[in-house]
Amino acid sequence: MIRAVGKPIEEIIGMVQDFNKLLIAGCDGCVTVCEAGGLKEVKVLAAALRLYFTQAGTSKQIEETSLTRQCDKEYLAQLRDSIDGYDAVVSLACGVGAQFVADMYTKKVVFPGVNTSFMGATEERGWYVERCQGCGQCILAETGGVCPIARCSKRMLNGPCGGSEAGKCEVAPDIPCGWELIYERLKTLGQLDRFEKPVTPKDWTTSRDGGVRKILREDLRV
Amino acid sequence: MSTETPSKIQKILAAGHLAVTSEVGPPRSADGLVIEHKAKLIADYVDGINVTDNQTSVCRVCSLACCIRIKQMGLEPVLQMVTRDRNRIALQSDILGAASFGINNILCLTGDHQHFGDHANAANVFDLDSVQLIATVKMMRDEGRLLGGHEFQVRPQMFIGAACNPFAGPNVALRVARLAKKAAAGVQFTQTQCIYNMNTFKEFMKIMVDRGLHEKVAVLAGITPMKNVGMARYMQKRVPGIDVPDEVVKRIGGVPKEKQAEEGIKLAIEQIQEIKEIPGIKGFHIMAIEWEEKVPEIVKAAGLFPRPN
Ligand code: SF4
Ligand code: SF4
Repeated sequence: MIRAVGKPIEEIIGMVQDFNKLLIAGCDGCVTVCEAGGLKEVKVLAAALRLYFTQAGTSKQIEETSLTRQCDKEYLAQLRDSIDGYDAVVSLACGVGAQFVADMYTKKVVFPGVNTSFMGATEERGWYVERCQGCGQCILAETGGVCPIARCSKRMLNGPCGGSEAGKCEVAPDIPCGWELIYERLKTLGQLDRFEKPVTPKDWTTSRDGGVRKILREDLRV
Repeated sequence: MSTETPSKIQKILAAGHLAVTSEVGPPRSADGLVIEHKAKLIADYVDGINVTDNQTSVCRVCSLACCIRIKQMGLEPVLQMVTRDRNRIALQSDILGAASFGINNILCLTGDHQHFGDHANAANVFDLDSVQLIATVKMMRDEGRLLGGHEFQVRPQMFIGAACNPFAGPNVALRVARLAKKAAAGVQFTQTQCIYNMNTFKEFMKIMVDRGLHEKVAVLAGITPMKNVGMARYMQKRVPGIDVPDEVVKRIGGVPKEKQAEEGIKLAIEQIQEIKEIPGIKGFHIMAIEWEEKVPEIVKAAGLFPRPN
């Protein structure tokens, strides 16, 4: 799932201070799961903004909502009747959702309320780690189910580099070396023969290098 | 080591001599004379001179320009090339450029992550990794072809090298396996990480020899003299992938400050003597970091002088 973290309140105050009628819009999808942009965080942010602006002697109208998904037009359309009542929207959805709000309501100012970070898993509550970079051509079958692109800091296809120490990546001691993990996994699976075969350069056209990516599913289109 | 190139290092190895290489770090300014000066200091004592490629991700004069300068001095450069900063277009372009000046040795590296360096906020590239760079150079040399498929006549005559770190890990067998992978990609020589833990290095070489890998890849043992106990401690604690046992720190720290440099040189010479006896060793790579003037002394005292022609 997509992982995000809330922006610092000071940054949000800086963005919205010149606007009087604000809608804080959460999303019930990924950002709810990682507790960055669901209804709960919408309420917390709205309360903090109200408090700040009241203490600063400015009165602002701050409303709260959360949509099933901000990355689907059908749910975004639910704002159609009320959107004109606001000067600006603070979207607590990921960057995709925030852009979709701006796409649909072209005259509204839309601010991001979270920093969208990566696609990752919940290791433990409050501890999320990246697992996939959406390269568009998944090679997990060859690497023992551990992604070298997301989990090696140098996205090596023939790791590990010389910097791993005690199984940790040279970039930080709290990052397990992805290639040490791959080696151990291949060993467990009895596939170590794969490890010594050089992997040829990757075709990055399906990754971000190929330009803006899209999927066209003829079978799903009406 | 198969394919023959005009590389002097390759010729010396083929003749059965222990090869000696060293390296120089380019300056962080446009001063071209620094490299000339450093190269002159060691010229008569080594068979090849590596030029580092923005080592530890600190921006410096490019390796290619320095290698051309060294070549024009009539010496033998080893072009270090990392995949961190350039994609396959730029890498191949630089290989062709180097070859056009008669540079015949290349050391293929992935490179340190940029967070170590002076531009920690830079984007990195890593389009290829070191193994893929090795295979690319081999393809350009042996097949006259670029990764994109273009075929050409005048091929780069490169003796292909790579780094290897027996101490990263902690798994020594994994480290041999990784070098085997580089060998499968076409590597002909390797310069190891600085050796301080002799036991681990011997274990590494034993697996190399048991597998017969030492015949495919010439191992040049990496030696870095310690300048003082501060450096020993720094390498032990701060530099990823370097294994400095406590005895080494104690030994350098056990003599008065003004004698520590001398002790460091003595240790380096003893290491070379000991490593010479390890089966499968083909030479030495002496990395005297910002201490190039000590290379002649080490080479002479270790019985590696004069160099063969
Ligand atoms: S190989 Fe690509 S698609 Fe598969 S997990 Fe890694 S980044 Fe994601
Ligand atoms: S230490 Fe491991 S994870 Fe980190 S860059 Fe090197 S190979 Fe990749």
